[in-house]
Amino acid sequence: MTEVCHAGRTHVNRNARTRDRKRGPKPRSIQAMKRTSKVVKPIGLLPRPSANGARKRVPRGGAALALVQFAPSKGDVDANLASIGAALATLKRDRGAFPDVVVFPEACLSGYFVEGGVREVAIAAPELLRRLRATAAKALGASHRPFDIVVGFYEDGGGKLYNSALYATLGKSAVIRHVHRKLFLPTYGVFDEERFVSRGRSIEAFDTPHGRAAILICEDACHSLATTIVALRGAQILYIPSASPGRGLADAEPANVRMWRDIARVVAAEHGIFVAYAGLLGFEGGKGFTGSSRLVGPFGDLRAEAPFDAPAILRVDIYDDDLAAARAALPLLGDLESNLAELVAMIDEEAAQRPRAKRAGR
Amino acid sequence: MTVRTAFRVVRTQPTDDLRVDPALVERWLVRFLRDELVVARGIRKAVVGVSGGVDSAVVAFLCARAFGPENVLGVRMPYRTSSAQSTGHGKLVVERTGIHDRCIDITAAVDGYLIQEPDAEEQRRGNVMARERMIVLFDQSAKIGGLPIGTGNKSERMLGYFTWHGDDSPPINPIGDLFKTQVWALARHLGVPRAIVEKPATADLIRGQTDEDDLGITYERADRILSRLLAGRTPADIVARGFSQREVELVKRRVDATHWKRHLATTAMTSDTAINEFYLRPVDY
Repeated sequence: MTEVCHAGRTHVNRNARTRDRKRGPKPRSIQAMKRTSKVVKPIGLLPRPSANGARKRVPRGGAALALVQFAPSKGDVDANLASIGAALATLKRDRGAFPDVVVFPEACLSGYFVEGGVREVAIAAPELLRRLRATAAKALGASHRPFDIVVGFYEDGGGKLYNSALYATLGKSAVIRHVHRKLFLPTYGVFDEERFVSRGRSIEAFDTPHGRAAILICEDACHSLATTIVALRGAQILYIPSASPGRGLADAEPANVRMWRDIARVVAAEHGIFVAYAGLLGFEGGKGFTGSSRLVGPFGDLRAEAPFDAPAILRVDIYDDDLAAARAALPLLGDLESNLAELVAMIDEEAAQRPRAKRAGR
Repeated sequence: MTVRTAFRVVRTQPTDDLRVDPALVERWLVRFLRDELVVARGIRKAVVGVSGGVDSAVVAFLCARAFGPENVLGVRMPYRTSSAQSTGHGKLVVERTGIHDRCIDITAAVDGYLIQEPDAEEQRRGNVMARERMIVLFDQSAKIGGLPIGTGNKSERMLGYFTWHGDDSPPINPIGDLFKTQVWALARHLGVPRAIVEKPATADLIRGQTDEDDLGITYERADRILSRLLAGRTPADIVARGFSQREVELVKRRVDATHWKRHLATTAMTSDTAINEFYLRPVDY
């Protein structure tokens, strides 16, 4: 079922609801799934998963997601935390249970283009957790039930600055489950990231109460090697907080919206995973970001998409039996693992031929 | 052996570099205007210098849709040599959009200075007029608590066909990344009167002047050359696509000679905190 909340109003995809009624009750309710979920420790303390993520299965059931897109106030972290609180309050008022995971876009605490201002808006992950916890308590009440949150922000990483996204569980015992630091920093054309932030060095998957997950930020997800690593590490859902400036107005929608839809569908279909994309919104110095938050199923099927130019909360439920069905019907990830050793050897061969400095990166 | 396959040849048309979806462009620019003016700056009123040409007509139509006509002031600023056609078309734009109308004759202000410079040639006189119009627009904006909206298109910006700190001055410009031919397409979509869209483009700073005469090339040709140059094609590549050496050189020379016009003043750097060199903050920070 898909719902899009615009500025306080809720538009329901009635066809989807009718479809759900015809299909009968869900195999298992989300609430039931939550009761059986285990709260796991943050990444770093976890053992590595076995091949294809088979070691730790997501509890049977699913998860209710909410993908939020909004235009941040430039450089104003307090105001943007308030916007996050407003989104949570909207979800609380909305019909149905509060979602399991609420996802926000890249750099949504400050706006994307901050140049040298990044030092002034960067925040350490533990401090962000503290402030998100307070924001949630204010919006939902101190005893709100636990939920997960993904937030893109500029991170003060102990003297180094990163373009990061945090995955945390908020509630009585708030915990950071992962912080992903963007590896691929676009520094061309309108982008200038590597001038202002350092690049991350690792791609991880991590366990959550709602399955094994991974985060890639914007351009990270454009590289098939990065999404392949995510899948090999067992992620069942890939979160992509993004900030994509609109360009190419030759057709009915900006060309970058089409490009990101294609990327999300290819990534999901190739690896049999869910892809949840949350896009920043608003104009920043003439550059307009194109929201289009979307959820793609593990068949590469577009399940829901928000508009490219309006604030919205996209609500969509996912069922993990879709993963097994998709991987059985199209076992591309298994096929990849069969050929992995040879492919890795070929990549090593190619890497060896390139100058070392380039391989090491800047 | 019998060949059973009948092949069908599928021919494709080359893609048009300049194609835009005018409905999408309108939607995009209306949102741009609202975001940059109302959301980012908290300003609800816009001031547009309405010349009677297609660029300012398009901007007036866009502003009327973005802010409501009651929040837009169209200022017509004729000089004594301005053509009657420009004045009439300016009035037509104001009528069609329903925006507020103000006519401020700049003759006395311009001549007040030029009377002391009787030998000033036409180009200098044109620059004085363009800069005087900016004085009026900024002052009218201050008067109503609004902001002047730019009307320069990408073709004239790239070709340097404007007065520096004159018609390029407004802090917000919705059409500055649209080539002239794309502005024409948008104008037709917005319902700008045909008489304005189809007349030869003119800055109307000199009697009988047209842009294409001044530039020595049509916008139709110049825009295609510009779009290819900006996309990184070499002049030889462009000539190979059917443009003359003369046309390509003319356009490239104008672009190369006018980079300075697309920047703010060159400032001597004396510290490691030089503004916009070391000290970098975006315009909306």
